[in-house]
Amino acid sequence: MSDLTRDDVAHLAGLARIDLTDDELDRMVGELGVILEAVATVQQAPIADAEPMSHPMPLVNVTRPDVVRPSLTPEEALAGAPDAEEQRFSVPRILDDE
Amino acid sequence: MTADLTRATAAELAELLTRGETSSREVTQALLERTGAVDEAVHSYLHVDTSGALAAADDVDRRRGAGEDLHPLAGVPIAVKDVMTTRGLPTTCGSRILEGWVPPYDATLVTRLRAAGMPILGKTNMDEFAMGSSTEHSAYGPSRNPWDLGRIPGGSGGGSSSVVASFQAPLAIGTDTGGSIRQPAAVTGTVGTKPTYGGVSRYGLVALASSLDQAGPCSRTVLDAALLHEVIGGHDPMDSTSIDAPVPPVVDAARRADVTGLRIGIVRELTGEGFQAGVQRRFDEAVQHLVDAGAEVVEVSCPSFTYALAAYYLILPSEASSNLAKFDAMRYGLRVAPDGVAAPSAEQVMAATREAGFGPEVKRRIILGTYALSSGYYDAYYGSAQKVRRLIADDFARAFGTADVLVSPTAPTTAFPFGDKLEDPMAMYLNDIATIPANLAGIPGISVPSGLADEDGLPAGFQVLAPAMADDRLYAVAAALEARLTAAWGGHLLDRAPELTTEVSR
Repeated sequence: MSDLTRDDVAHLAGLARIDLTDDELDRMVGELGVILEAVATVQQAPIADAEPMSHPMPLVNVTRPDVVRPSLTPEEALAGAPDAEEQRFSVPRILDDE
Repeated sequence: MTADLTRATAAELAELLTRGETSSREVTQALLERTGAVDEAVHSYLHVDTSGALAAADDVDRRRGAGEDLHPLAGVPIAVKDVMTTRGLPTTCGSRILEGWVPPYDATLVTRLRAAGMPILGKTNMDEFAMGSSTEHSAYGPSRNPWDLGRIPGGSGGGSSSVVASFQAPLAIGTDTGGSIRQPAAVTGTVGTKPTYGGVSRYGLVALASSLDQAGPCSRTVLDAALLHEVIGGHDPMDSTSIDAPVPPVVDAARRADVTGLRIGIVRELTGEGFQAGVQRRFDEAVQHLVDAGAEVVEVSCPSFTYALAAYYLILPSEASSNLAKFDAMRYGLRVAPDGVAAPSAEQVMAATREAGFGPEVKRRIILGTYALSSGYYDAYYGSAQKVRRLIADDFARAFGTADVLVSPTAPTTAFPFGDKLEDPMAMYLNDIATIPANLAGIPGISVPSGLADEDGLPAGFQVLAPAMADDRLYAVAAALEARLTAAWGGHLLDRAPELTTEVSR
């Protein structure tokens, strides 16, 4: 069932934005293979007529009155930032050089 | 002055405080001293807030002195799992990625604890982002089981279970996504409740899996759990999944402990094979106690539970992979630059930070969730799991047609030694086999001690499940069982736990 390759795991780690070392990749391929085989049993359950359930309660939109209420000050919002500048989060470059 | 304030229950402390026979400072001080004596060995806490707790205690004492009308639990101290945000107090979720983070806001349940005048002693240890059954996945080292320091205290809430089991706090807050309140309670001889989904606000609970997470009380007695449940429960406009209805009458149910005529369903799929002999034996005896107390036993079958673990380990990682995307090194938490890159991009910093900041179990589950949600595999994995979830909810609905509550052993085994299952993720996941179905369906559950297993002398837990918003039934059954068992034992189970202070001083 599990045909997850090392390249697949490297690709998934890229999608999840997690660098993995070679050792971690090697371990992860084996571990995920075992886990995937176990969780794939959901496909053997009698689910043909089952309605998918995403949540314990029927979800409805919950809104509140559109009025201003107390919220964080800019200083509080930035207090945990790795880097901040001019009351803004300072981040690494988001565009490529070219 | 009564004996040892650290061994008093929350209900007893509330009495003493109300009658003016002790002060909140005296109680808080005694508990902090206990922590000083035993927590180097047990490691329940990631952070102890000595000055904050004493200041809150003094404030309550002053208000009581001034004749103010106070909450019944005012002055009774509590420990809070490190997954709940606490303004001005570090909140790490057991992860390096949040090391040193001090949230600018309180979780709603923390606001309610503060409003009730309950001093917060500190933040308790947990598996990283609540992923685990042993606390071995905490980035800050495991907590230890007070019954045997070489064994796990359960997880993810092993800090909260061990803090009450080692008499460092009468009460603690836990969170339960697949059993993280109930399994730790079972293996430490304590009580823990997962309320109905939506019964306690999730605002400020750092999400693992939003459709499964639920905060609840940890304690040494059923009544104490009910008292805390009442403080933290109830509607919160800040959580759009919060149920807009009164908290079920949990305290009343715990006090009455009445199971006369109650139909108790034994779930065929959650007993027998796969459960340790001593755990099963204590369970069978507990059922007999309930029959003696006037309950009626029926057997029910929930055939879809066979697939619950598989569905859970698709749904949880899928939701977690999305929830944990917010740890991106940009707005708070760790930021690490990749090695040997002159001007790294935001994406490269993100990937290097998540590599450095997340532990192996978190990486494993995020990548598994990423896979389960990816196009081409979505229907086969996440989609199928959602359909299994429906079957499980249907099984519960059918079972509750013939039974008022369902019961099972909480965990398949007693506490296992450190390292036993660390290298085998599937073996670790099997710990939650009996607790997971409740989270998938959103129904409430409690674990209460059933005794010590004959083969190893370690605590086992008895689980009670009820329909959504019938949390009071959990407390009626658990309290009835607790009353009969403590009478048979001649005291609380924890009275038989080894004395920790002597162990430390040796």
